Amino acid sequence: MSTNTDFLLAIEDLTVSFDGFKAVDSLTMYIDKNELRVIIGPNGAGKTTLLDLICGKTKASSGSIQFKNQEITKLVEHQITRVGIGRKFQTPSIYENLTVYQNLEVSYSEGRSVFGSLFFKSTPKLEAMIEEVASDIQLTEFLETQAGVLSHGQKQWLEIGMLLMQEPELLMLDEPVAGMSAKERDETAELLNRLCKNRSVIVIEHDMEFVKKIARKVTVLHQGKILAEGAMEKVQADEKVIEVYLGH
Amino acid sequence: MMNFFIERFLGGKQGAVAIALLALLILVIFPLALDLFRLNLVGKYLTFAFAAVGLVLLWGYGGILSLGQGVFFGLGGYAMAMFLKLEASDPQSTAIQTTPGIPDFMDWNRLYELPWFWVPFESFAFTLLAILVLPALFAYIIGVAMFKRRVGGVYFAIITQVIAVILTVLIVGQQGFTGGINGITDLRTLNGWDIRTDSAKYILYFINALLLLAVIMISRFVLTSKLGRLLLAMKDKEDRVRFSGYDVSNFKIFIFCLSAVISAIGGAMFTLQVGFMSPSLLGVVPSIEMVIFAAVGGRMSLIGVVYGTLLINFGKTGFSETFPELWLFFMGGLFIAVVMFFPNGLAGIYNKYVSKLAFLQRYLPAIKLPKSKADTQSNASSSASTSDNAAEGAKS
Repeated sequence: MSTNTDFLLAIEDLTVSFDGFKAVDSLTMYIDKNELRVIIGPNGAGKTTLLDLICGKTKASSGSIQFKNQEITKLVEHQITRVGIGRKFQTPSIYENLTVYQNLEVSYSEGRSVFGSLFFKSTPKLEAMIEEVASDIQLTEFLETQAGVLSHGQKQWLEIGMLLMQEPELLMLDEPVAGMSAKERDETAELLNRLCKNRSVIVIEHDMEFVKKIARKVTVLHQGKILAEGAMEKVQADEKVIEVYLGH
Repeated sequence: MMNFFIERFLGGKQGAVAIALLALLILVIFPLALDLFRLNLVGKYLTFAFAAVGLVLLWGYGGILSLGQGVFFGLGGYAMAMFLKLEASDPQSTAIQTTPGIPDFMDWNRLYELPWFWVPFESFAFTLLAILVLPALFAYIIGVAMFKRRVGGVYFAIITQVIAVILTVLIVGQQGFTGGINGITDLRTLNGWDIRTDSAKYILYFINALLLLAVIMISRFVLTSKLGRLLLAMKDKEDRVRFSGYDVSNFKIFIFCLSAVISAIGGAMFTLQVGFMSPSLLGVVPSIEMVIFAAVGGRMSLIGVVYGTLLINFGKTGFSETFPELWLFFMGGLFIAVVMFFPNGLAGIYNKYVSKLAFLQRYLPAIKLPKSKADTQSNASSSASTSDNAAEGAKS
């Protein structure tokens, strides 16, 4: 199976079972370079588990995940991050006690070893990057603010910003607009559309209005398997999909 | 360069003031105000402050509660004590023993030869190295075993406490090799320099105080680095740090080793100043006391914990002279009260209340000045320790 491909991410025959329950069941899926893929599906379809498998939080029972033709199922979390995969969690996962600036600085991809971080010095390049990311996520005015006092939507953005600091080639976002206002959702959609210009993005989302704004290609998961895959309109018209998910 | 030093080693202007006040207290005020007996007592307290400073790094910033810091204090203390004991056990002064030239307790326990692990401690250079390397190595082994398996929180606290118990039992049980429950006593000279004289006690006090200040500055350097911010980040959201590409366990191992070495330096200085080392200083109770020192002083404040350590120990000495049975209850109650009402200890109280009164300071000199000089001086010497304790637990 493991052949060289042009795909950024190649998931083949991936299975994980928890005490016999197959949360992800012989799943095969490919993500192109610079693709924005949305994964939808009812609760318990295995969406979050799939992201957990890719980023190493959960170990696969069988199957393979290749990132740029490198097998990553055997790597541990920080190694997977270092090959270029960033993961945003469902609830905003930021460092409340640090300032926005420090949150972004800590997420930067240099000085990751113990002694590297001990003697780490900020560079003009890093400062420019923090400025740029902060303006991308609209937090320029909040750089010296403690992250804990940001609004929910700003925390979500900050975590996306922290991922950008890692310069990942694949960005995975788990329900990025959960708990956001309508205006924040629009702005997030815009942000994601900008982000996928030079990297691939996988988004898990429930909010169909939001999905329509960003989706080009949609994968529908159901009981750990792919139910349908393709353009938004095509998927929406699919009878199986309507039956299990979109119908109600 | 100067700026870099102030920012990274002293913690900015505010930190520099706090450390200067601490230096003033322990390098000038105490030696001037206290007689040698009391000063030696303060020197002993300050050796515990090393362990408390280590706990700021490990517990305050790293979020890792170790109930076994006494182990490392003991390792440092025993390493130093072994060297001093061997020097005190030269063949002339031990001529009446069955086997002259070995420590007295070995002779009493019918050992006829110096055990192999004692031999290297005949060298002072090895001993100094061992004080730093042994605790680091031991902490590294524990750290790898725990943190690589992602053992943390309460489990880590319990395991470190168990290690403290095991080490105590081991030392008490192996009397011939370790001196048993009495520890290693009757220490006399360091490379021929008699450590029991008054001048030696003064010199050791100052060495100890300067080492403590140096350790605080090195710790400050660590905490103001990216590593310091990563520790806070790990304490808050460990998974996020892991998924930002960091091997979280390595950072925990590092900070555990560093806190162990700092604690061990305190232990070695204890042996030098007090003149003995025994298992009662490395078991469960002293380990928990060290945590209380850190909690009362403020576990996020490198300088606050020094005041916390001094305050508790002054209290212990004073209180237990009057009500010996009540002291432990009092300390337990104090610990609970601090954790419940002042989670950031003395430093937290200072930052919350006293620093807000800073604007008053503009008016204070005007009010104070009319007082007669003699009046303020007598006040200063009597209240120096207490008011400084409470007031200068600054800079977290």
